[in-house]
Amino acid sequence: MKAFADLYTTLDETNKTNAKIEALRAYFQGAPPADAAWVLYFLIGRRPRRAIAVRKLAEWAAQEADIPDWLFSESYDAVGDIAETIALILPETGAVSELSLHDWVEARLLGLQGLPEPEQRTLILQAWREQSRQQRFIWNKLITGEFRVGVSQKLVTRALAEVSGLDEATLAHRLMGQWEPTPAFYQALLASEVQDAQISRPYPFFLAYPIEGDPAATLGEIHEWQTEWKWDGIRAQLIRRAGETFLWSRGEELVTDRYPEVVAAADQLPDGVVLDGELLPWKAGLVLPFAKLQQRIGRKSLSRKLLGDVPVIFLAYDLLEYNGVDWRAQPLHQRRAQLTEIIQAFSQEGPLLLSPLVQVDSWAALAEQREESRGRMVEGLMLKRIDSPYRVGRQRGDWWKWKIEPYTVDAVLINAQRGSGKRASLYTDYTFGVWDDAGNLIPFAKAYSGLTDAEIRQVDAFIRRNTLEKFGPVRTVKPELVFELAFEGIQQSSRHKSGIAVRFPRILRWRQDKPLAEADTLATIRAMLPTEA
Amino acid sequence: MTTRNNRTSLLLTLTEYGLYCAVGDFYIDPWQPVPRAVVTHAHSDHCVYGCQTYLVAQAGEHVCRMRLGETALLQTVAYGEATYLNGVRVSLHPAGHILGSAQIRVEYQGEVWVVSGDYKREADATCASFEVIPCHHFISEATFGLPIYHWQPSQAIFAQINQWWRNNAEHGKATILYCYALGKAQRVLAGIDASIGRVFTHGAVERLNQAYRASGVALPETVYAMSVGKVDYRGALIIAPVSARATSWVNRFGDHASGFASGWMRIRGARRQRAVDRGFVLSDHADWDGLLATIKATGAERVGVTHGYTAVLARRLLELGIDAYAIETRYRGETNDASEAELASET
Repeated sequence: MKAFADLYTTLDETNKTNAKIEALRAYFQGAPPADAAWVLYFLIGRRPRRAIAVRKLAEWAAQEADIPDWLFSESYDAVGDIAETIALILPETGAVSELSLHDWVEARLLGLQGLPEPEQRTLILQAWREQSRQQRFIWNKLITGEFRVGVSQKLVTRALAEVSGLDEATLAHRLMGQWEPTPAFYQALLASEVQDAQISRPYPFFLAYPIEGDPAATLGEIHEWQTEWKWDGIRAQLIRRAGETFLWSRGEELVTDRYPEVVAAADQLPDGVVLDGELLPWKAGLVLPFAKLQQRIGRKSLSRKLLGDVPVIFLAYDLLEYNGVDWRAQPLHQRRAQLTEIIQAFSQEGPLLLSPLVQVDSWAALAEQREESRGRMVEGLMLKRIDSPYRVGRQRGDWWKWKIEPYTVDAVLINAQRGSGKRASLYTDYTFGVWDDAGNLIPFAKAYSGLTDAEIRQVDAFIRRNTLEKFGPVRTVKPELVFELAFEGIQQSSRHKSGIAVRFPRILRWRQDKPLAEADTLATIRAMLPTEA
Repeated sequence: MTTRNNRTSLLLTLTEYGLYCAVGDFYIDPWQPVPRAVVTHAHSDHCVYGCQTYLVAQAGEHVCRMRLGETALLQTVAYGEATYLNGVRVSLHPAGHILGSAQIRVEYQGEVWVVSGDYKREADATCASFEVIPCHHFISEATFGLPIYHWQPSQAIFAQINQWWRNNAEHGKATILYCYALGKAQRVLAGIDASIGRVFTHGAVERLNQAYRASGVALPETVYAMSVGKVDYRGALIIAPVSARATSWVNRFGDHASGFASGWMRIRGARRQRAVDRGFVLSDHADWDGLLATIKATGAERVGVTHGYTAVLARRLLELGIDAYAIETRYRGETNDASEAELASET
């Protein structure tokens, strides 16, 4: 626990990538595999099921510190992070635990699962009394599972590559899918040769950066590029191995049981095939709005009605494995040819379809096609170099996304909530409203990003001085500040008070020049809705 | 203290200029210019420019003079020495906050009020230590009035700073420590191990160092960074105000590590927002336990709470059976609920 707490502190105290990698490398080099496996598990954002409600932890901490609940709430309001607030208010005992991390996790943390509440309370208080303040913070983080220390999976992978001498792509692949943080797993991860027995393991996704500037000026001959629509669904990987089918979302969630229609079709794929593609709501040859897909996401029990209302297809982009062989190093045009052949065996009605190409002879023609994106309900275009390999993670050069310009509106800040991570002590999560016909501000979108740190501080100060009411963590704010928001898609929605749902709303800029009354109206926004098909 | 029945006494009242003693016709830490000001200490939110006369503690003469200019009419008084203003007995007592900081004791017809100004309870090599002054009515600050604020002994913090500086020096880096130019900078200078390397200062810090030295406070040798030509800053410590961070001023120091010494650094988010490498939890204010213990020790029957988490501290005092109220009005019309970041940026 001590070594991990020290690592955490070091990572937390630097903004420099090299210093972070150095700290991770030093840790992994010396750490016992039993601890290292857990550190890896937590740092890349995995977590065990939460054994105790955060509310309970807060209550017990307040009792231990002998302060009333309201005073705990005020403290939390200043800190913005529950694990940290608890660590800061508990009385200092001078104790420092010598117990190893894996003992803390396996014997103490996992042991809390399913115990009656009074026993959990006793064990938690006992744990706090054995720990230093910093250890308490880490321990609370282990329980709440909200590790944010400015370390990405990519950074951890890079450090492990330095420790093991393996390349990053191999490690990234071995970290995909389901695994248990055991010493055996950790040792196998870093071993030079392994028998990969796990048939469900997906490949790391290759992700594109937005194109900078005009593709005609920077990307050379258009014939060197494969162009497709950029669809708005869930990026996914479909695996058919050893007579079994697995469907993974890009968030590394196994979603096989959520899309039975896709899986039923995929069962007909030849063995030893892995496809990259997109899950899309699709009916009668047309894509449905993303909001429809949201009705399917997270729904485990699927009614016949829902399956009928929102059928889902898998639109195949790429072929990553064929005949049980990793095909990622093959050039794109070969992968595409083989993918086409595979998909041709399936019905053109779905649910296994081939991503259509946008065939044009010039960049100018492509730009014209891009203008039609909105009508086709896509987000723009994908540009892929025809001889490119399928790479790991987000990389520049071979794949680009060329999205359409977003919609924009001027909206009024009406509610605010605290942020998380480094913005935990500031109000950074905003709800914006627009005017209805009766002159009321109707909540219309939430946005979290887009302001500079200095602007965030100014807005935070405004919110604190102009709070009208507090509802739990939410403050209603005197309507005064106007912001220009951008968003990608817009749909009717019965779940929103405004009757409208927007995709990827974010703040473009603070309109300090714009008076409140000149913010946009709901009517203006409704006019942006696609005409009903 | 003997108990008194006169609970409605208004020896000091809050006006738009600040706390006012009508009988004595003087203001304590006014936030706008007034004819007669009694000032707790030289920080800008307590010591406003432009009053006709000032009464300050003798120990603070040089730093107040630096802030108020040569022409200001400064009357100084030794700690504990009584002055009478229209028959009201006024005396200043150490507050332990910075050099010359004082609590203002006001006595009239047997009734005693004490205005704490900013204060801390731990000993500080650069100023006189806080003294508990028994009173009927105590007006306390509440800058760190939340139970999350708990200070470690400053020796432990200085040891952290020394270790960090030494480590940076070994890696061939300069070390820039940001802190308030008045008070914190000198406390840090007096606390660090100056044998580790050379110490440079920003102009705002250096001017105040001179005022401290002129007042008889021993500080290690410092060099005003602008007064020297091209210097190899590797291994050196540079003390600068927060306002110098993220300006081109820091470019001259080359590869460096940065830190910030402040009570606000107790919270992780506050440090991360400032994007400094290290936060050192070193405050010139009382922590939560320090506030509660001090208020109880004064034996005051009634407690006014000002500056910072006023509403929180007042509510807690009421729960603990102490008659307390929050003084909401503040300098520049801000509410007390200003963000940590905003408060931390005040120097």
